[in-house]
Amino acid sequence: MAVLNVNGKSLPADADPRTPLLWVLRDTLGLTGTKYGCGIAQCGACTVHIDGVAARSCQVPLSSVGGKKVVTIEGLAENGKLSKIQQAWLEHDVPQCGYCQSGMIMAATALLAAKPQPTDSDIDAAMTNICRCGTYKQVREALHAAAKA
Amino acid sequence: MTMQSSIGQSPLGRRGFLVSGATVVGGFALGLHFPFVGPAEAAEAQEIDAWVVIHPDDRVVIRIARSEMGQGTLTGLAQLVAEELECDWSKVSTEYPTPGENLRRGRVWRDFSTGGSRGIRGSQQYVREGGAVAREMLIAAAAAEWKVPAGECKAAGSVVTHAPSGRTRRYGELAAAAAKLEPPRRVALKDPKDWTLIGKPVKRLDTLDKLTGRQIYGIDMRLPGMLVATVKACPVFGGKIKSFDAAKVEKMHGVKKVVSIDDNAVVVVADTYWNAHTALEALPVQWDTGSFGRLQQEAVTAMLKDGLGAGEAFIGNKAGDARAAIDGAAKKVEATYAFPWQYHGTMEPMNATALYTPDKCEVWCGTQNGEAALAATAEAAGLAVARCDVHKLMVGGGFGRRGRTDYVRQAVLVAKQMPGTPVKLVWSREEDTTHDQYHPTTMCKLMGGLDADGKLVGLHVRLSGQSIRASLAPQSIRANGDPGVFQGFTPGGQESAYGYEVPNLLIDHAMRNPHLPAGFWRGVNTNQNAVYMECFMDELAEAAGQDPLEFRLKMLKPKHTAVLKAAAGRAGYGKPLPVGHVHGLAQIMGYGSYVAAIAEVSVSGDGILKIHKITAATDPGHAVNPAQIERQVAGSFVFGLSAALYGEITVKDGAVEQTNFDSYNVMRIDEMPDVDVALVPSGGFWGGVGEPTIAVAAPAVLNGIYRATGKRVRELPLMKHDLKKGA
Repeated sequence: MAVLNVNGKSLPADADPRTPLLWVLRDTLGLTGTKYGCGIAQCGACTVHIDGVAARSCQVPLSSVGGKKVVTIEGLAENGKLSKIQQAWLEHDVPQCGYCQSGMIMAATALLAAKPQPTDSDIDAAMTNICRCGTYKQVREALHAAAKA
Repeated sequence: MTMQSSIGQSPLGRRGFLVSGATVVGGFALGLHFPFVGPAEAAEAQEIDAWVVIHPDDRVVIRIARSEMGQGTLTGLAQLVAEELECDWSKVSTEYPTPGENLRRGRVWRDFSTGGSRGIRGSQQYVREGGAVAREMLIAAAAAEWKVPAGECKAAGSVVTHAPSGRTRRYGELAAAAAKLEPPRRVALKDPKDWTLIGKPVKRLDTLDKLTGRQIYGIDMRLPGMLVATVKACPVFGGKIKSFDAAKVEKMHGVKKVVSIDDNAVVVVADTYWNAHTALEALPVQWDTGSFGRLQQEAVTAMLKDGLGAGEAFIGNKAGDARAAIDGAAKKVEATYAFPWQYHGTMEPMNATALYTPDKCEVWCGTQNGEAALAATAEAAGLAVARCDVHKLMVGGGFGRRGRTDYVRQAVLVAKQMPGTPVKLVWSREEDTTHDQYHPTTMCKLMGGLDADGKLVGLHVRLSGQSIRASLAPQSIRANGDPGVFQGFTPGGQESAYGYEVPNLLIDHAMRNPHLPAGFWRGVNTNQNAVYMECFMDELAEAAGQDPLEFRLKMLKPKHTAVLKAAAGRAGYGKPLPVGHVHGLAQIMGYGSYVAAIAEVSVSGDGILKIHKITAATDPGHAVNPAQIERQVAGSFVFGLSAALYGEITVKDGAVEQTNFDSYNVMRIDEMPDVDVALVPSGGFWGGVGEPTIAVAAPAVLNGIYRATGKRVRELPLMKHDLKKGA
């Protein structure tokens, strides 16, 4: 049985090694904050961090994450304190239906880690997640605010 | 009336029903956080009236019947109740009653359906009364305790004060006594000038859990012993299963059962979604694609074109003699437009969880229509409605799609084959794309006549194409046609209007229904009808040698004029723009609100369109939450422009060709224009805000493209057109 390091905890995951990490997180480990949107790496709803890098977990087989550190949306807040990005999202009232926002927040967090002061072009290039409600304006504003925070 | 006594009012009771999920089916501890108060608290929390529950510590729980799907209606409705209740907003939370409970209590929460931008405007009167009734009961309880006239007491901030003596009581202290009182039969609602919460840009009430992964959507539902299923229906609508070989996949990892439902879909039930999906992909299925199996897109186009010239048509609006006016006009203008099928593409694919036993069936799902979902559950389960219920979960995008109940029916039909086992049915994105209820496809031929002064004297609009009603309720379509196809093509009224005074007018519709089912799609028929009307207005203005804004203002009614002027003024219409930038404009009244948009666009020499900025104006009458309205307006441009740029569903051999977001593209953040919203509420009426702006998104941009390139794009989506110079 594979053992995964998710949000700082070692968790046994009884699943076929070819299973995408997305479904291991959701169905095997019960971490449903990571969302299924398309299954083909188009929408970004399933974005998690693997060793600090944003990855679309629908394309990552379980067999490839052994020994790596996986962080999901559930792992961002520390001791109940929201992360800088989550706090900015709260202050800017970003989510509408909210279904894409786990992925948005994970992508934004990775972007700020790599580029603490992203330009609009950096945001355009890194934030390729789909939001059907159309929160893009608030996403951009909150990202800039988080960079300044 | 306490929570306890409210249970006594119905056979199962409010909390009692939810708990019964555990008792009836044999010891399921649901292990869920239901929004309703737990049994331990039930004795403490007091239901003042159907809309308001108050806890001893002053927490207020407001009941919401409509569905939250991102549009913010949950927060807006709570504001309406809280305004009249005079409670402390910081202590407000919300909960959904179930549709089953609504029926048991004589539909005390009225309509659960959430569509047509009706959440606020359709319920504002009775939810405000719900808040006011509770307030009066709390005041009466305080007055009785103090033995003073109620008229000497005032409520504010969850406290009742007796001004002459200075005595006060908190709502939490009064709730138990208030709950026992007879509700007043009549209550006076506050004058809009006294509102303190309606009109304030308060933050949404449902944000925090959406930032931490804690929010449970339908697809996140988990029950003890639950299995996960996924479905594949015949790729061609109207087709059936010929055969499938369950034995080939039954032994695959995690697979529990392979079943068919109705006569047109196969389902694999497994321990996890991935195992169900893997087996379903491997399942050999032969389809009988039926009479549409050889139908191509060209035939659909030909069918719609035929309607443009058909002798028979259903008349929607008529004034004077349009044909004679056009025949006698100094100048004639004619154009034909086309609008494709479009896919809803909610981020959360269709899903529902069902638990069936021979005497009871429960469903957990995101739905825009709880009562329709309940009816579908009962029908599919073959049980009386009273033996079923639907627990509404957060909706990961609705846009009209989740007003339908096909996915609820499927989940129940699967669960019925596994009594006692909860089954979550999840559609793949591919299933969701190919088995949608699409935005109807139509074409439109417009003919206009201008007099010697360039005034529009006659207009004939011939619509041809699909009717949603014909798809939803074919039995309701007779010789009368479907008036819904004229949404936005009405001269006036409360619901939708194009707003121009045209002396001679004929708007008619030749119904042509190809085989893909049509459904309500955010904005519905205003979307294409505004493209037809507002783009043609630009064509007429050009023929008249007039500026598109000036040309419109000569014919527009006052409220339409006001929003168009507000948007034009704010955008600096007519003033110099950066080199290569132009303005395109559009306006309409939809869903009771007046909206206008000015799009600032440019098109490069090699045909690259850039939408720099959209300035919008909205008059919804009363603006309940300006911050959320602004978000609905900005989001509507994303939805409308995604469709305008990329949205097109086509068929090949009767099946939908697009399967996922790689073949059905939508707008990302890099294409998002700056959106500047002028909110200009004129008061006196209640308009919707979730949908109307979508209609002006495409025509404003299309009119801009013409100004930039001289190319009239009359057929969507834009991606099919080469905007390059000379192309």
